[in-house]
Amino acid sequence: MKKKKVVLTFPPSSVEDPIIYHLISDHGLKVNILRAAIDPGKLGRMVVELTGEESRLSGGTAYLERQGIGIEPLAGEIRHLEDQCTSCTACVPVCPTGALDVNRETWMVSYDADRCVVCLSCVDVCPYRAIVSHF
Amino acid sequence: MARTIEEINEKIRAGSVVVFTAEEIIEVVREKGIKRASREVDVVTTGTFSPMCSSGAFINLRQEQQKMKFGGGYATLNDVPAYAGLAAADIYLGATALPEGDPRNNNGRPGRFRYGGAHVIEELAQGKKVLLNAGGYGTDCYPKKRREQMIGFEDMNEAFLFNPRNCYQNYNVAVNLSDKPIYTYMGKLKPRLGNANYCSAGQLSPLLNDPMYRTIGIGTRIFFCGTEGYVVWNGTQHNPDVPRLANGTPTAGAGTLALIGNLKDMDPKWLRAVSFTGYGVSLSVAVGLPIPILDEEMMRFVSISDAELKAPVIDYGVFYPTGEGKPKLAEVTYEELKSGTIEVNGKKVPTGSFSSYAKAKEVAGYLKSLITDGKFFMTQAVQPLPGPNHK
Ligand code: SF4
Ligand code: SF4
Repeated sequence: MKKKKVVLTFPPSSVEDPIIYHLISDHGLKVNILRAAIDPGKLGRMVVELTGEESRLSGGTAYLERQGIGIEPLAGEIRHLEDQCTSCTACVPVCPTGALDVNRETWMVSYDADRCVVCLSCVDVCPYRAIVSHF
Repeated sequence: MARTIEEINEKIRAGSVVVFTAEEIIEVVREKGIKRASREVDVVTTGTFSPMCSSGAFINLRQEQQKMKFGGGYATLNDVPAYAGLAAADIYLGATALPEGDPRNNNGRPGRFRYGGAHVIEELAQGKKVLLNAGGYGTDCYPKKRREQMIGFEDMNEAFLFNPRNCYQNYNVAVNLSDKPIYTYMGKLKPRLGNANYCSAGQLSPLLNDPMYRTIGIGTRIFFCGTEGYVVWNGTQHNPDVPRLANGTPTAGAGTLALIGNLKDMDPKWLRAVSFTGYGVSLSVAVGLPIPILDEEMMRFVSISDAELKAPVIDYGVFYPTGEGKPKLAEVTYEELKSGTIEVNGKKVPTGSFSSYAKAKEVAGYLKSLITDGKFFMTQAVQPLPGPNHK
Protein backbone atom coordinates (compact mmCIF):
# COMPACT_ATOMS: atom_id res chain seq x y z
CA MET A 1 0.00 0.00 0.00
CA LYS A 2 1.23 3.47 -0.81
CA LYS A 3 -0.03 6.86 0.25
CA LYS A 4 0.16 9.98 -1.84
CA LYS A 5 -1.03 13.50 -1.02
CA VAL A 6 -1.82 15.53 -4.10
CA VAL A 7 -3.57 18.70 -5.17
CA LEU A 8 -6.10 18.23 -7.94
CA THR A 9 -7.11 21.10 -10.18
CA PHE A 10 -10.41 20.66 -11.98
CA PRO A 11 -11.18 22.62 -15.12
CA PRO A 12 -14.62 24.26 -14.92
CA SER A 13 -16.02 21.66 -17.35
CA SER A 14 -15.29 18.69 -15.08
CA VAL A 15 -16.35 20.22 -11.80
CA GLU A 16 -19.67 18.46 -11.94
CA ASP A 17 -18.32 15.01 -12.91
CA PRO A 18 -18.27 12.34 -10.16
CA ILE A 19 -14.48 11.98 -10.47
CA ILE A 20 -13.89 10.90 -6.88
CA TYR A 21 -16.58 8.20 -7.23
CA HIS A 22 -14.72 6.78 -10.24
CA LEU A 23 -11.40 6.83 -8.40
CA ILE A 24 -12.90 4.75 -5.63
CA SER A 25 -15.12 2.33 -7.52
CA ASP A 26 -13.22 1.86 -10.82
CA HIS A 27 -9.64 2.20 -9.55
CA GLY A 28 -9.94 0.75 -6.06
CA LEU A 29 -8.31 3.68 -4.30
CA LYS A 30 -9.02 5.01 -0.85
CA VAL A 31 -9.63 8.73 -1.16
CA ASN A 32 -9.39 11.04 1.80
CA ILE A 33 -10.46 14.59 0.93
CA LEU A 34 -8.47 16.98 3.07
CA ARG A 35 -9.67 20.20 1.55
CA ALA A 36 -11.84 21.27 -1.33
CA ALA A 37 -12.79 24.52 -3.00
CA ILE A 38 -15.15 23.73 -5.84
CA ASP A 39 -17.68 26.11 -7.35
CA PRO A 40 -19.71 25.09 -10.38
CA GLY A 41 -18.46 26.93 -13.43
CA LYS A 42 -15.12 27.80 -11.85
CA LEU A 43 -11.72 26.17 -11.50
CA GLY A 44 -11.91 23.69 -8.61
CA ARG A 45 -9.09 22.71 -6.28
CA MET A 46 -8.96 19.73 -3.97
CA VAL A 47 -6.33 18.31 -1.64
CA VAL A 48 -6.65 14.54 -1.40
CA GLU A 49 -4.77 11.67 0.10
CA LEU A 50 -4.83 8.62 -2.18
CA THR A 51 -4.07 5.20 -0.71
CA GLY A 52 -3.68 1.98 -2.71
CA GLU A 53 -1.30 -0.45 -4.43
CA GLU A 54 1.35 1.14 -6.65
CA SER A 55 -0.38 -0.13 -9.83
CA ARG A 56 -3.79 1.18 -8.75
CA LEU A 57 -2.28 4.55 -7.90
CA SER A 58 -0.77 4.88 -11.35
CA GLY A 59 -4.04 3.72 -12.93
CA GLY A 60 -5.97 6.33 -10.97
CA THR A 61 -3.45 9.02 -11.84
CA ALA A 62 -3.68 8.16 -15.54
CA TYR A 63 -7.48 8.33 -15.33
CA LEU A 64 -7.30 11.79 -13.76
CA GLU A 65 -4.92 12.98 -16.46
CA ARG A 66 -7.28 11.71 -19.18
CA GLN A 67 -10.03 13.80 -17.62
CA GLY A 68 -7.83 16.90 -17.93
CA ILE A 69 -7.36 17.21 -14.19
CA GLY A 70 -4.13 18.74 -12.94
CA ILE A 71 -2.20 16.69 -10.36
CA GLU A 72 0.58 18.23 -8.32
CA PRO A 73 2.33 17.01 -5.21
CA LEU A 74 1.12 18.72 -2.05
CA ALA A 75 4.43 20.43 -1.27
CA GLY A 76 4.12 24.15 -1.76
CA GLU A 77 0.40 24.48 -0.99
CA ILE A 78 1.31 25.77 2.44
CA ARG A 79 4.69 27.38 2.76
CA HIS A 80 6.42 28.20 6.00
CA LEU A 81 8.80 31.09 5.34
CA GLU A 82 11.61 30.32 7.71
CA ASP A 83 13.31 33.69 7.47
CA GLN A 84 10.04 35.45 8.31
CA CYS A 85 9.19 33.10 11.17
CA THR A 86 10.17 34.26 14.66
CA SER A 87 9.37 30.91 16.29
CA CYS A 88 6.85 32.63 18.54
CA THR A 89 4.73 29.41 18.67
CA ALA A 90 1.37 31.19 18.17
CA CYS A 91 0.53 28.74 15.37
CA VAL A 92 1.45 25.59 17.26
CA PRO A 93 -1.76 25.06 19.31
CA VAL A 94 -4.02 25.74 16.31
CA CYS A 95 -2.38 23.16 14.05
CA PRO A 96 -4.50 20.00 14.37
CA THR A 97 -1.86 17.55 13.13
CA GLY A 98 1.36 18.77 14.68
CA ALA A 99 2.68 19.78 11.23
CA LEU A 100 3.74 23.01 12.90
CA ASP A 101 5.66 22.08 15.97
CA VAL A 102 8.21 23.55 18.36
CA ASN A 103 11.35 21.90 19.60
CA ARG A 104 11.14 22.65 23.32
CA GLU A 105 14.93 22.55 23.68
CA THR A 106 15.86 25.08 21.01
CA TRP A 107 12.43 26.74 20.84
CA MET A 108 12.60 26.72 17.05
CA VAL A 109 9.31 26.16 15.21
CA SER A 110 9.33 23.90 12.16
CA TYR A 111 6.84 22.83 9.53
CA ASP A 112 6.45 19.26 8.29
CA ALA A 113 4.62 19.18 4.94
CA ASP A 114 3.93 15.44 5.27
CA ARG A 115 1.72 16.04 8.28
CA CYS A 116 -0.08 19.10 6.88
CA VAL A 117 -3.72 18.64 5.88
CA VAL A 118 -4.05 22.16 4.46
CA CYS A 119 -6.75 23.12 6.95
CA LEU A 120 -5.45 26.72 6.72
CA SER A 121 -5.98 27.33 10.45
CA CYS A 122 -2.44 28.63 10.84
CA VAL A 123 -2.47 31.16 8.01
CA ASP A 124 -4.43 33.90 9.78
CA VAL A 125 -2.93 33.11 13.15
CA CYS A 126 0.66 33.93 12.22
CA PRO A 127 1.15 37.63 12.96
CA TYR A 128 4.36 37.78 10.92
CA ARG A 129 2.83 36.43 7.69
CA ALA A 130 5.36 33.64 7.80
CA ILE A 131 2.82 31.09 6.57
CA VAL A 132 1.46 31.52 3.09
CA SER A 133 -1.14 29.43 1.37
CA HIS A 134 -1.52 29.00 -2.34
CA PHE A 135 -4.85 27.29 -1.94
CA MET B 1 29.81 40.74 48.77
CA ALA B 2 28.91 43.92 46.93
CA ARG B 3 29.86 45.24 43.52
CA THR B 4 29.41 48.65 41.92
CA ILE B 5 28.55 49.60 38.33
CA GLU B 6 31.97 51.29 38.02
CA GLU B 7 33.72 48.08 39.04
CA ILE B 8 31.75 46.15 36.43
CA ASN B 9 32.58 48.69 33.71
CA GLU B 10 36.25 48.49 34.72
CA LYS B 11 36.10 44.73 34.14
CA ILE B 12 34.31 45.20 30.81
CA ARG B 13 37.15 47.52 29.77
CA ALA B 14 39.75 45.01 30.97
CA GLY B 15 37.99 42.16 29.17
CA SER B 16 37.56 40.16 32.37
CA VAL B 17 33.85 40.61 32.94
CA VAL B 18 31.83 37.43 33.59
CA VAL B 19 28.40 37.41 31.96
CA PHE B 20 25.64 34.80 31.70
CA THR B 21 22.15 35.01 30.24
CA ALA B 22 19.17 34.82 32.59
CA GLU B 23 18.56 31.30 31.26
CA GLU B 24 22.14 30.07 31.76
CA ILE B 25 22.42 31.57 35.23
CA ILE B 26 19.71 29.25 36.58
CA GLU B 27 21.99 26.25 36.04
CA VAL B 28 25.04 28.14 37.36
CA VAL B 29 23.24 28.96 40.61
CA ARG B 30 21.94 25.41 40.91
CA GLU B 31 25.53 24.18 40.75
CA LYS B 32 27.39 26.80 42.73
CA GLY B 33 24.77 28.30 45.00
CA ILE B 34 23.84 31.99 45.32
CA LYS B 35 26.89 33.03 47.33
CA ARG B 36 29.54 31.66 45.04
CA ALA B 37 27.68 32.58 41.85
CA SER B 38 27.26 36.18 42.96
CA ARG B 39 30.97 36.40 43.77
CA GLU B 40 31.91 35.08 40.33
CA VAL B 41 29.33 36.63 37.99
CA ASP B 42 29.18 40.36 37.22
CA VAL B 43 26.26 40.71 34.81
CA VAL B 44 23.22 38.69 33.75
CA THR B 45 21.55 39.55 30.43
CA THR B 46 17.84 39.31 29.68
CA GLY B 47 15.94 39.52 26.42
CA THR B 48 12.52 39.71 24.87
CA PHE B 49 11.08 39.91 21.37
CA SER B 50 7.38 40.44 21.21
CA PRO B 51 4.57 42.58 19.81
CA MET B 52 4.40 45.81 21.82
CA CYS B 53 1.53 47.96 20.55
CA SER B 54 2.50 51.06 22.50
CA SER B 55 5.35 51.90 20.13
CA GLY B 56 5.88 54.64 17.59
CA ALA B 57 8.34 56.92 15.89
CA PHE B 58 9.03 60.62 16.22
CA ILE B 59 10.18 61.94 12.89
CA ASN B 60 11.54 65.39 12.14
CA LEU B 61 11.36 66.15 8.44
CA ARG B 62 13.86 68.28 6.55
CA GLN B 63 12.21 71.39 5.20
CA GLU B 64 12.31 72.12 1.52
CA GLN B 65 13.47 75.51 0.29
CA GLN B 66 9.97 76.86 0.77
CA LYS B 67 8.97 75.78 4.25
CA MET B 68 5.74 74.21 5.45
CA LYS B 69 4.26 74.00 8.90
CA PHE B 70 3.13 70.45 9.66
CA GLY B 71 1.90 71.43 13.12
CA GLY B 72 -1.87 71.89 13.05
CA GLY B 73 -1.97 70.38 9.58
CA TYR B 74 -1.90 66.72 8.65
CA ALA B 75 0.56 64.12 7.45
CA THR B 76 0.27 60.58 6.15
CA LEU B 77 3.06 58.12 5.33
CA ASN B 78 1.99 55.54 2.75
CA ASP B 79 -1.56 56.70 3.60
CA VAL B 80 -1.12 55.89 7.29
CA PRO B 81 -1.96 59.00 9.34
CA ALA B 82 0.72 60.41 11.62
CA TYR B 83 0.11 62.87 14.42
CA ALA B 84 0.99 66.38 13.27
CA GLY B 85 0.01 68.45 16.29
CA LEU B 86 3.59 69.36 17.18
CA ALA B 87 6.06 71.95 15.92
CA ALA B 88 6.58 72.87 12.30
CA ALA B 89 8.35 69.71 11.19
CA ASP B 90 7.76 67.00 13.82
CA ILE B 91 5.34 64.15 13.40
CA TYR B 92 4.64 61.01 15.43
CA LEU B 93 3.71 57.78 13.73
CA GLY B 94 2.05 55.23 15.99
CA ALA B 95 2.53 51.53 15.35
CA THR B 96 -1.19 50.77 15.37
CA ALA B 97 -2.31 53.61 13.04
CA LEU B 98 -4.26 52.43 10.00
CA PRO B 99 -4.83 53.91 6.57
CA GLU B 100 -8.44 54.92 6.11
CA GLY B 101 -10.63 52.52 4.14
CA ASP B 102 -7.71 50.37 3.04
CA PRO B 103 -8.86 47.05 1.57
CA ARG B 104 -5.75 45.37 2.97
CA ASN B 105 -7.17 45.96 6.43
CA ASN B 106 -10.93 45.99 6.48
CA ASN B 107 -11.73 43.28 3.98
CA GLY B 108 -14.72 42.03 5.96
CA ARG B 109 -14.72 40.54 9.43
CA PRO B 110 -12.33 39.46 10.83
CA GLY B 111 -10.11 42.04 9.11
CA ARG B 112 -6.62 40.99 8.16
CA PHE B 113 -4.88 44.27 9.05
CA ARG B 114 -2.13 43.86 6.54
CA TYR B 115 -0.81 47.41 6.70
CA GLY B 116 -0.41 50.10 9.31
CA GLY B 117 2.03 52.36 11.13
CA ALA B 118 4.24 49.44 12.15
CA HIS B 119 4.67 48.44 8.50
CA VAL B 120 5.76 51.98 7.60
CA ILE B 121 8.29 51.94 10.46
CA GLU B 122 9.52 48.52 9.33
CA GLU B 123 9.96 49.70 5.74
CA LEU B 124 11.88 52.78 6.85
CA ALA B 125 14.17 50.59 8.98
CA GLN B 126 14.73 48.41 5.90
CA GLY B 127 16.03 51.51 4.12
CA LYS B 128 12.96 51.95 1.93
CA LYS B 129 11.24 55.19 1.02
CA VAL B 130 7.61 55.90 1.85
CA LEU B 131 5.15 58.39 0.42
CA LEU B 132 4.68 61.51 2.50
CA ASN B 133 1.47 63.37 1.97
CA ALA B 134 1.13 66.45 4.15
CA GLY B 135 -0.62 69.74 4.32
CA GLY B 136 -0.47 72.89 6.41
CA TYR B 137 -2.53 76.07 6.53
CA GLY B 138 0.30 78.40 5.48
CA THR B 139 1.74 81.23 7.52
CA ASP B 140 4.04 84.13 6.79
CA CYS B 141 7.00 82.09 7.98
CA TYR B 142 5.78 78.74 6.59
CA PRO B 143 4.03 79.59 3.33
CA LYS B 144 3.94 76.14 1.69
CA LYS B 145 0.59 74.37 1.94
CA ARG B 146 1.14 70.92 0.47
CA ARG B 147 3.96 68.45 0.31
CA GLU B 148 3.95 65.14 -1.49
CA GLN B 149 7.18 63.22 -1.94
CA MET B 150 8.92 59.93 -1.35
CA ILE B 151 10.95 60.14 1.83
CA GLY B 152 13.47 57.93 3.60
CA PHE B 153 15.85 58.40 6.49
CA GLU B 154 17.96 60.80 4.43
CA ASP B 155 15.03 63.23 4.38
CA MET B 156 14.69 63.21 8.14
CA ASN B 157 16.80 65.13 10.63
CA GLU B 158 15.79 62.75 13.36
CA ALA B 159 13.85 59.53 13.52
CA PHE B 160 13.66 57.81 16.87
CA LEU B 161 11.39 55.26 18.41
CA PHE B 162 9.66 56.53 21.48
CA ASN B 163 7.61 53.76 22.97
CA PRO B 164 5.40 54.83 25.87
CA ARG B 165 4.81 51.29 27.12
CA ASN B 166 7.06 48.30 26.42
CA CYS B 167 8.39 45.29 28.27
CA TYR B 168 5.40 44.42 30.41
CA GLN B 169 6.60 42.72 33.56
CA ASN B 170 4.56 39.53 33.28
CA TYR B 171 1.26 39.28 31.40
CA ASN B 172 -2.12 37.59 31.20
CA VAL B 173 -2.68 34.17 29.72
CA ALA B 174 -5.68 34.59 27.44
CA VAL B 175 -8.43 31.99 27.01
CA ASN B 176 -12.00 32.07 25.74
CA LEU B 177 -14.84 30.58 27.78
CA SER B 178 -17.54 31.71 25.35
CA ASP B 179 -19.14 29.63 22.61
CA LYS B 180 -17.70 31.45 19.63
CA PRO B 181 -14.16 32.07 18.39
CA ILE B 182 -12.86 35.54 19.19
CA TYR B 183 -10.08 37.64 17.70
CA THR B 184 -8.05 39.58 20.24
CA TYR B 185 -4.70 41.25 20.71
CA MET B 186 -3.78 37.90 22.25
CA GLY B 187 -4.58 36.19 18.98
CA LYS B 188 -7.43 33.99 17.88
CA LEU B 189 -8.98 32.25 20.86
CA LYS B 190 -11.04 29.19 20.14
CA PRO B 191 -14.32 28.75 22.04
CA ARG B 192 -14.72 26.75 25.25
CA LEU B 193 -11.05 26.85 26.30
CA GLY B 194 -9.81 25.71 22.87
CA ASN B 195 -6.39 27.27 23.33
CA ALA B 196 -4.44 29.55 25.68
CA ASN B 197 -2.08 32.29 24.53
CA TYR B 198 0.59 33.93 26.64
CA CYS B 199 3.06 36.69 25.94
CA SER B 200 6.21 36.83 28.03
CA ALA B 201 9.73 35.47 27.86
CA GLY B 202 9.28 34.29 31.48
CA GLN B 203 12.67 33.61 33.03
CA LEU B 204 14.42 35.65 30.30
CA SER B 205 12.03 38.60 30.50
CA PRO B 206 13.77 41.89 31.44
CA LEU B 207 11.61 43.14 34.31
CA LEU B 208 11.02 39.68 35.79
CA ASN B 209 14.76 39.53 36.47
CA ASP B 210 14.80 42.79 38.40
CA PRO B 211 11.35 42.43 39.91
CA MET B 212 11.69 45.23 42.48
CA TYR B 213 13.40 47.64 40.01
CA ARG B 214 16.59 47.78 42.07
CA THR B 215 18.96 48.36 39.13
CA ILE B 216 16.69 49.54 36.32
CA GLY B 217 15.50 53.11 36.22
CA ILE B 218 15.52 56.32 34.26
CA GLY B 219 18.66 56.47 32.16
CA THR B 220 19.37 52.73 32.05
CA ARG B 221 21.06 51.75 28.79
CA ILE B 222 19.50 48.76 27.01
CA PHE B 223 19.81 46.79 23.80
CA PHE B 224 16.95 48.11 21.69
CA CYS B 225 16.14 46.63 18.26
CA GLY B 226 19.77 46.20 17.28
CA THR B 227 21.17 49.40 18.74
CA GLU B 228 21.53 51.05 22.12
CA GLY B 229 18.45 52.57 23.68
CA TYR B 230 17.47 53.99 27.01
CA VAL B 231 14.78 53.74 29.63
CA VAL B 232 13.34 57.25 29.83
CA TRP B 233 10.52 56.82 32.32
CA ASN B 234 8.31 54.18 33.79
CA GLY B 235 5.98 52.99 31.06
CA THR B 236 2.34 54.05 31.00
CA GLN B 237 0.13 51.80 33.16
CA HIS B 238 3.21 50.99 35.29
CA ASN B 239 1.66 49.29 38.29
CA PRO B 240 4.18 48.04 40.83
CA ASP B 241 1.50 47.26 43.42
CA VAL B 242 0.06 44.04 42.02
CA PRO B 243 0.30 41.01 44.35
CA ARG B 244 3.73 39.39 44.41
CA LEU B 245 5.07 35.95 45.22
CA ALA B 246 7.51 35.52 48.09
CA ASN B 247 10.37 35.69 45.55
CA GLY B 248 9.35 39.28 44.68
CA THR B 249 7.91 38.62 41.22
CA PRO B 250 4.45 39.99 40.41
CA THR B 251 1.63 37.56 39.61
CA ALA B 252 0.13 39.72 36.85
CA GLY B 253 1.15 42.53 34.50
CA ALA B 254 2.95 45.05 36.73
CA GLY B 255 5.89 47.28 35.77
CA THR B 256 6.37 48.70 32.28
CA LEU B 257 9.04 50.82 30.59
CA ALA B 258 9.04 53.87 28.35
CA LEU B 259 11.88 53.40 25.87
CA ILE B 260 13.77 55.50 23.39
CA GLY B 261 16.29 54.65 20.67
CA ASN B 262 17.55 55.87 17.32
CA LEU B 263 15.37 54.32 14.62
CA LYS B 264 18.00 55.14 11.98
CA ASP B 265 20.43 52.76 13.71
CA MET B 266 18.00 49.91 14.26
CA ASP B 267 18.27 46.53 12.59
CA PRO B 268 15.09 45.55 10.70
CA LYS B 269 15.65 42.02 11.96
CA TRP B 270 14.69 43.24 15.43
CA LEU B 271 11.82 45.48 14.38
CA ARG B 272 8.94 43.62 12.79
CA ALA B 273 5.44 44.70 11.87
CA VAL B 274 2.74 42.25 12.87
CA SER B 275 -0.88 41.77 11.83
CA PHE B 276 -3.37 40.36 14.29
CA THR B 277 -6.35 39.00 12.39
CA GLY B 278 -9.50 40.65 13.67
CA TYR B 279 -7.63 43.02 15.94
CA GLY B 280 -5.09 45.26 14.24
CA VAL B 281 -1.49 46.11 13.54
CA SER B 282 1.32 46.10 16.05
CA LEU B 283 5.11 46.28 16.17
CA SER B 284 7.39 43.62 17.56
CA VAL B 285 10.49 45.02 19.20
CA ALA B 286 13.57 43.46 20.76
CA VAL B 287 14.77 44.59 24.16
CA GLY B 288 17.75 43.32 26.10
CA LEU B 289 18.36 44.55 29.60
CA PRO B 290 21.67 43.87 31.35
CA ILE B 291 21.39 43.31 35.08
CA PRO B 292 24.39 44.13 37.26
CA ILE B 293 24.88 41.61 40.04
CA LEU B 294 25.38 44.17 42.79
CA ASP B 295 24.88 41.68 45.60
CA GLU B 296 23.40 38.32 46.52
CA GLU B 297 19.84 39.59 46.39
CA MET B 298 20.25 40.49 42.70
CA MET B 299 21.68 37.03 42.03
CA ARG B 300 18.66 35.51 43.74
CA PHE B 301 16.34 37.56 41.51
CA VAL B 302 18.03 36.63 38.22
CA SER B 303 18.14 32.94 39.11
CA ILE B 304 14.35 32.67 39.41
CA SER B 305 13.22 30.10 36.85
CA ASP B 306 10.04 29.53 34.85
CA ALA B 307 8.83 27.11 37.52
CA GLU B 308 8.79 29.97 40.06
CA LEU B 309 7.01 32.58 37.90
CA LYS B 310 3.24 32.69 37.74
CA ALA B 311 0.77 34.28 35.33
CA PRO B 312 -3.01 34.70 35.64
CA VAL B 313 -5.36 32.93 33.21
CA ILE B 314 -8.01 35.42 32.07
CA ASP B 315 -11.21 34.86 30.07
CA TYR B 316 -11.18 37.19 27.05
CA GLY B 317 -14.60 35.92 25.98
CA VAL B 318 -16.53 37.71 28.71
CA PHE B 319 -14.48 38.92 31.63
CA TYR B 320 -11.79 40.97 29.86
CA PRO B 321 -14.12 42.98 27.59
CA THR B 322 -17.05 43.43 29.99
CA GLY B 323 -15.64 43.05 33.49
CA GLU B 324 -18.33 40.47 34.27
CA GLY B 325 -17.64 36.97 35.52
CA LYS B 326 -14.68 35.48 37.29
CA PRO B 327 -11.63 37.77 37.17
CA LYS B 328 -9.03 35.01 37.29
CA LEU B 329 -9.61 31.42 36.24
CA ALA B 330 -6.28 30.02 37.39
CA GLU B 331 -2.67 30.83 38.03
CA VAL B 332 -0.09 28.87 36.06
CA THR B 333 3.69 28.83 36.00
CA TYR B 334 5.75 29.61 32.92
CA GLU B 335 7.10 26.09 33.13
CA GLU B 336 3.55 24.81 32.66
CA LEU B 337 2.89 27.29 29.85
CA LYS B 338 6.06 26.23 28.05
CA SER B 339 5.24 22.54 28.39
CA GLY B 340 2.57 23.02 25.72
CA THR B 341 -0.54 22.47 27.85
CA ILE B 342 -2.02 24.00 30.99
CA GLU B 343 -4.99 22.90 33.00
CA VAL B 344 -7.93 25.30 33.34
CA ASN B 345 -11.26 24.32 34.90
CA GLY B 346 -10.18 20.68 34.76
CA LYS B 347 -9.51 20.84 31.01
CA LYS B 348 -6.16 20.42 29.26
CA VAL B 349 -5.63 23.50 27.09
CA PRO B 350 -2.85 23.77 24.47
CA THR B 351 -0.67 26.87 24.76
CA GLY B 352 0.96 29.19 22.25
CA SER B 353 2.98 32.35 22.71
CA PHE B 354 3.33 35.66 20.92
CA SER B 355 6.59 36.45 22.63
CA SER B 356 9.33 34.48 20.91
CA TYR B 357 11.46 32.61 23.42
CA ALA B 358 13.87 31.62 20.63
CA LYS B 359 14.44 35.31 19.84
CA ALA B 360 14.61 36.24 23.52
CA LYS B 361 17.47 33.75 23.88
CA GLU B 362 19.15 35.30 20.85
CA VAL B 363 18.82 38.84 22.25
CA ALA B 364 20.16 37.86 25.68
CA GLY B 365 23.03 35.93 24.06
CA TYR B 366 23.88 38.80 21.76
CA LEU B 367 23.87 41.34 24.58
CA LYS B 368 26.13 39.00 26.53
CA SER B 369 28.61 38.94 23.64
CA LEU B 370 28.50 42.75 23.32
CA ILE B 371 29.41 43.10 26.99
CA THR B 372 32.17 40.48 26.99
CA ASP B 373 33.57 42.06 23.80
CA GLY B 374 33.76 45.43 25.54
CA LYS B 375 31.12 47.02 23.29
CA PHE B 376 28.38 47.66 25.83
CA PHE B 377 28.77 49.35 29.21
CA MET B 378 26.51 49.36 32.21
CA THR B 379 24.76 52.48 33.49
CA GLN B 380 23.76 53.74 36.89
CA ALA B 381 20.09 54.74 36.80
CA VAL B 382 19.54 58.45 37.39
CA GLN B 383 16.32 57.75 39.23
CA PRO B 384 14.67 54.45 40.18
CA LEU B 385 11.25 53.53 38.81
CA PRO B 386 8.36 53.71 41.25
CA GLY B 387 8.47 50.47 43.25
CA PRO B 388 5.86 48.70 45.36
CA ASN B 389 4.14 50.99 47.91
CA HIS B 390 5.79 54.13 46.57
CA LYS B 391 4.10 57.39 47.40
S1 SF4 C 1 -2.64 24.17 7.22
FE1 SF4 C 1 -3.50 23.16 9.04
S2 SF4 C 1 -2.39 21.21 9.15
FE2 SF4 C 1 -1.23 22.50 7.75
S3 SF4 C 1 0.29 23.48 9.05
FE3 SF4 C 1 -1.45 24.89 8.97
S4 SF4 C 1 -2.70 24.37 10.74
FE4 SF4 C 1 -1.27 22.67 10.43
S1 SF4 D 1 2.97 31.99 14.23
FE1 SF4 D 1 4.25 32.51 12.46
S2 SF4 D 1 6.07 33.46 13.34
FE2 SF4 D 1 5.03 32.39 15.00
S3 SF4 D 1 5.99 30.36 15.02
FE3 SF4 D 1 4.18 30.18 13.72
S4 SF4 D 1 4.94 30.56 11.65
FE4 SF4 D 1 6.52 31.28 13.06
